[in-house]
Amino acid sequence: MARKSTTTQKAVVTVAAWGIGFLIFFPILWTILMSFHSEGDAIKSPFAMLASPWSFDSYAEVQERSNYARHFWNSVVISVGSTLIALVIAIPAAWSMAFVPGRRTKDLLMWMLSTKMMPAVGVLVPMYLIFRDLGLLDNLAGVTVVLTLINLPIVVWMLYTYFKEIPSEILEAARMDGASLKSEILYVLTPMAVPGIASTMLLNVILAWNEAFWTLQLTTSKAAPLTQFIASYSSPEGLFYAKLSAASTMAIAPILILGWFSQKQLVRGLTFGAVK
Amino acid sequence: MGQITLTKVRKAFGEAEVIPGIDLDINDGEFVVFVGPSGCGKSTLLRLIAGLEDTTSGVIAIDGTDATNLPPAKRRLAMVFQSYALYPHMSVRKNIAFPLKMAKMPQDEAAKRVENAAKVLNLSAYLDRKPGQLSGGQRQRVAIGRAIVREPAAFLFDEPLSNLDAALRVTMRQEITELHQTLKTTMIYVTHDQVEAMTMADKIVVLSAGRIEQVGSPLDLYHTPANVFVAGFIGSPKMNLITGPEAQKHGAETIGVRPEHLTVGDGPWEGTVGLAEHLGSDTFLKVDAGALGTLTVRALGDVALRHGDHIRLAPQEGRIHRFGKDGKALS
Repeated sequence: MARKSTTTQKAVVTVAAWGIGFLIFFPILWTILMSFHSEGDAIKSPFAMLASPWSFDSYAEVQERSNYARHFWNSVVISVGSTLIALVIAIPAAWSMAFVPGRRTKDLLMWMLSTKMMPAVGVLVPMYLIFRDLGLLDNLAGVTVVLTLINLPIVVWMLYTYFKEIPSEILEAARMDGASLKSEILYVLTPMAVPGIASTMLLNVILAWNEAFWTLQLTTSKAAPLTQFIASYSSPEGLFYAKLSAASTMAIAPILILGWFSQKQLVRGLTFGAVK
Repeated sequence: MGQITLTKVRKAFGEAEVIPGIDLDINDGEFVVFVGPSGCGKSTLLRLIAGLEDTTSGVIAIDGTDATNLPPAKRRLAMVFQSYALYPHMSVRKNIAFPLKMAKMPQDEAAKRVENAAKVLNLSAYLDRKPGQLSGGQRQRVAIGRAIVREPAAFLFDEPLSNLDAALRVTMRQEITELHQTLKTTMIYVTHDQVEAMTMADKIVVLSAGRIEQVGSPLDLYHTPANVFVAGFIGSPKMNLITGPEAQKHGAETIGVRPEHLTVGDGPWEGTVGLAEHLGSDTFLKVDAGALGTLTVRALGDVALRHGDHIRLAPQEGRIHRFGKDGKALS
């Protein structure tokens, strides 16, 4: 039986989709609009969505008070660095799990995923002490390693599901054609997996960029990324909504733009295998 | 050269024994077909020869040298897969040239070989296309091209025509047979289709449950099946197998008569026509013959019989196959 959707149904679905989309986007919109208020207007009640007049004071002040460029650079180093290290570890791991699975491969994958269910705060104290003793507190390399380990399970899982989609007959054909293990990876597997590797990389950069728990706990100034930059505007003595919003907007803008341009690639990577 | 010898080759996946132990000689230049129902181990046997699966025990020798533990790349064999297994990101030219690139052949020599293979397989016009832009038959030809360029010791085919439609299958079957006549290289071909086996093979290996039931030329198997399994598997339509008193009359547990060896007219057996299929050149009749069961009869030409007609049947002289209690043929 073919299902026919009427114009009314289509309209309802469209309105609902836009509604949900707006609801999800609203906090970001609120933050951006708030950043153009003056500090006085920002705490006024009732609250006006649009600033009048539009003020760039918060941005100027944020720029003056802290070093955006350094925080931005630290965020880039941490997110891109942790992603590249994770890929170097995860590609061979996912490959062996997808093409030469052992009896315990499934258990191993589940175990890796289960580490994501552990509350991070549970290991905060030991991690903090280890970092202190190794002199890694407020150190870029230290935070990068932590973020690598945190996102590694997701990277392995994504690459694993992606590699699973590559028919093993094609790799067998390469072996029959005389390819060594190295040539098999280089000429057959990698070119076929490039879209998957790219979307995994993008998602991981976004996750690492937004990660706030460990970056806030393990850095203070030298290695502090943009999360620390935002947090520095929520002070115990009183909230400065406008400045906080301006800082947040500056922090999320780069990743928002990256996500916007790569959304097609991201959606393809995340839904790969679900639809064939 | 492409002589392959299997000695006591055994394969088990954990507890499950797929191939309990096979001895087989494949001579240089022979076209050998492994045939059997699905799950009989024919593909596994081919993958063992290819080196894509490890043997549990036994020896596989290629041209007299032990190849049991050699990786697939070192066995000088080429394989054509059921799914074609072309490299989707490479052009047809690069697909065919891939084995030559792996063998580090000089580029001009490789290019010449690719051109030649493409000419033989009618692919010259498609060399710069990607596999995704080709039809099923063309893809299969590319897979064959990739196999022939490196001049292997033997070709392995794993049900290469299963994904093609009926008409194309017949054409490709003939093309592969002609290719064998031109190249005169050993070919091992796996199929579940006994028509492919009968039409292409020099030698058929009939497999069932990982065991070899019989090895022989197509007509050997047709005329003198070694047991009930081979008798029922080879030939289309299937041989009529009769048990009970009629078989005992011939001093056997089971007797078999092929549909084409039953004559309609006068004879000792009788029955009612259940289904009559008129193909013009032949007429296939399903005859309900009471205690003998349902018999299939193939009559030449257009025979004017229809549902419900009462007929008498006679098995042709010397065309009755007799089988003992163990299923083996009685001489």
